[in-house]
Amino acid sequence: MLALVLGAVLALLAVLLVARPFLREPAPVEDRIAEPGELDRRRVELVEERDRALGALKELEFDHRTGKIADDDYRALVGPLRRRAAEALRALEPRAESNVSEQVTRIGR
Amino acid sequence: MADLGRAALLVTFGLVVYALVAGSFAAWKRRRRLALSAQNALFAAFATTAVAAIVLVVALVRRDFTFQYVAAHTSKSLPLGYALSAFWGGQEGSLLLWLLILSGYSALAVWLNRRSRDLVVWVVPVLGLVASFFAFMLCFVSSPFVVAPAPADGAGMVASLQNPYMLAHPPMLYLGYVGLTIPFAFGMGALLSRQTDERWIILTRRWTLAAWTFLGVGQLLGAHWAYTEIGWGGYYAWDPVENAALMPWLAATAFLHSVMIQEKRGMLKVWNMVLVALAFLLSIFGTFLTRSGVVNSIHSFSQSPLGGWFLGFIAVMTVFSVGLIYIRLPLLRARTKLESLVSREATFLYNNLLLVALCLTILWGVMYPLLTQAVRGETRSVSKPYYDFFLHTFGLPLLLLMGIGPLVAWRRASLRALGKTFLVPLVAAIVTGVALIGVGLGSSWPGLLTYTFSAFVAASIVLEFWRGTTARRAIAGESLPRAFGSLVARNRRRYGGYVVHASIVLLAIGIAGSSAYQTVREPAHGLRKGQSMEIAGYTLTYVALSTRQEADAQATRATVLVSRGGHHVTTLHPGKNWYPVEQQTSNEVSIYHDPRNVGDLFAIADQIDPKSQILFLKVLVKPLVNLIWLAGFVFVLGSAIAMWPDAVEQRRLAERYAPGAVSAGL
Repeated sequence: MLALVLGAVLALLAVLLVARPFLREPAPVEDRIAEPGELDRRRVELVEERDRALGALKELEFDHRTGKIADDDYRALVGPLRRRAAEALRALEPRAESNVSEQVTRIGR
Repeated sequence: MADLGRAALLVTFGLVVYALVAGSFAAWKRRRRLALSAQNALFAAFATTAVAAIVLVVALVRRDFTFQYVAAHTSKSLPLGYALSAFWGGQEGSLLLWLLILSGYSALAVWLNRRSRDLVVWVVPVLGLVASFFAFMLCFVSSPFVVAPAPADGAGMVASLQNPYMLAHPPMLYLGYVGLTIPFAFGMGALLSRQTDERWIILTRRWTLAAWTFLGVGQLLGAHWAYTEIGWGGYYAWDPVENAALMPWLAATAFLHSVMIQEKRGMLKVWNMVLVALAFLLSIFGTFLTRSGVVNSIHSFSQSPLGGWFLGFIAVMTVFSVGLIYIRLPLLRARTKLESLVSREATFLYNNLLLVALCLTILWGVMYPLLTQAVRGETRSVSKPYYDFFLHTFGLPLLLLMGIGPLVAWRRASLRALGKTFLVPLVAAIVTGVALIGVGLGSSWPGLLTYTFSAFVAASIVLEFWRGTTARRAIAGESLPRAFGSLVARNRRRYGGYVVHASIVLLAIGIAGSSAYQTVREPAHGLRKGQSMEIAGYTLTYVALSTRQEADAQATRATVLVSRGGHHVTTLHPGKNWYPVEQQTSNEVSIYHDPRNVGDLFAIADQIDPKSQILFLKVLVKPLVNLIWLAGFVFVLGSAIAMWPDAVEQRRLAERYAPGAVSAGL
């Protein structure tokens, strides 16, 4: 009998916890989960692309320093990577041209 | 108290079904409060499952034989530690452990990532779906809370399970199996919410690593248990239950590598979804193999109450994940391509193909008896040579790739650069190979190749640390130890990964040494007291036999003196235990760890004639075997480094996915 009472108490507590969002806000002003719009998705895409490009520049620099990349390959790869990073940065911050080139140069060197 | 356990499980079932149904509706209709309510249902499900688990623990501690489960797996004389391990010693208890870990993991994962609401809202119903299956099984198919009139004593525990390793090995495996549900749920959540960026990978990176580490450590603990307890002199027998843990581990290993390609290059998005689903499905398949009874007897398959349910669930989850990946294919297209077949990302790809090939050949080997039984009505199985062949075919190139990968640059590498970076590892490998042939260890080709490749990998790892440290020193002008520290701290995943690779090298050397170069002797007529035998420079002399009563067993032990070159080395006590309650006998092996070759002198009392006291002794000398266990520690160290939180990176990633963090110009 005790076990069943304890079971019922357990069920009641569980129901209270599940119902808590409705008990706390019986009549909310807004009950909708904000959905990421096309703009947000594009922003995330660009930020990921920016981080990938900057990360790739860092990797290239490190691989060059540790001898995994020959000088010729380094010179051939670094230009396109810098351009890609600059494009991604520019797409995110088009009004900050000077900052972009500074940032890319700093990471790429 | 069984009523409380049953009630708690029924409440759990209601909660997780609610999380599934209400969570799906909330995600579909974007209802905020309903989504929070579904999340709370997962939190509550953990609490109610914990209550059920506590009820079972109390019953085990009290040896309450009115619980059929307790009566079937314990006895009055069973020590408390082993009685507690009976929680996962049987089918119903292990299912409860699955649900307990799953509900705990789910609650924690949802709580930690509650700010990523737009993604988590879809993760909750996926977790609810998996939990609903296990809660259903526990409530309606295989309950640990079935009661019956108590017998005078329980049936006891299988003798071989009465081992301290059984306290840690199964929970570790379950922490790994269940842990793979979290990246799966986030992957499917990302597909459902159409957010196929890298966030789901980043949010579950540590979960995957932790699950993978638990699975790896669990398998090593199991191997050590088999080595010290089963008494056949080995540690891995390609048993289906062992393979059940190895397959998801291999799939998760492939996944851990391939997600790096997505992060670095934005490639392999579909492949990563496939791998995360494969790892999850294999973990469920592993649980099915272990718990359905299909492994012990092929004929019990149709009689098992679990087998059909598990197969049905695997089928549903396969259709769900494959269908979802297919529907979302347009969102998973990569915008970049592999630039060269000689690049770091290409080696990752080769590594993935080999890992998956090895995983699938093992799966085929495991399923072969089931398929032949289903198709031809007769059971045929594959054995050690099949697995050994594929281990050599795929495993050895994998070992070599571990050394090649770090030496190759991202994007593309020229022959000139490769020649420069490969020189030292190549010389190390050739010198090792020639030296081994020179000292007469060329008899085993797999062994020789393993050592040669291991030398290559070890040299490449050392070189990577050295080159990285010196480059860091040149950039930052730091001292050597400081440069080393900051090198590792700044890229924990990469250098933690290298430490894990070092552990695999130790493992490979240990396995090759102890299997390809082991010596076995078993005198056909046994030994009488005072008689000796010789093996690999050791002399073993059987001098006495004794019997003593232990808490739950009668222990018979031989006394065997071991000497080398006329000097006493150690005394071994191989023997047998007789468990009267369980009516079982177990082999109790005796091992001498030889520091000279990091190996073992391993003595098994195969038979003891009680009348004549003749001892039928089997002795194995297994060089380098202890490197396998050492590899476990190095593996944990490497995983810990890779998992260690990096505050700078976490801030950067939080900024990346914060809504409206970078919006200028868009």
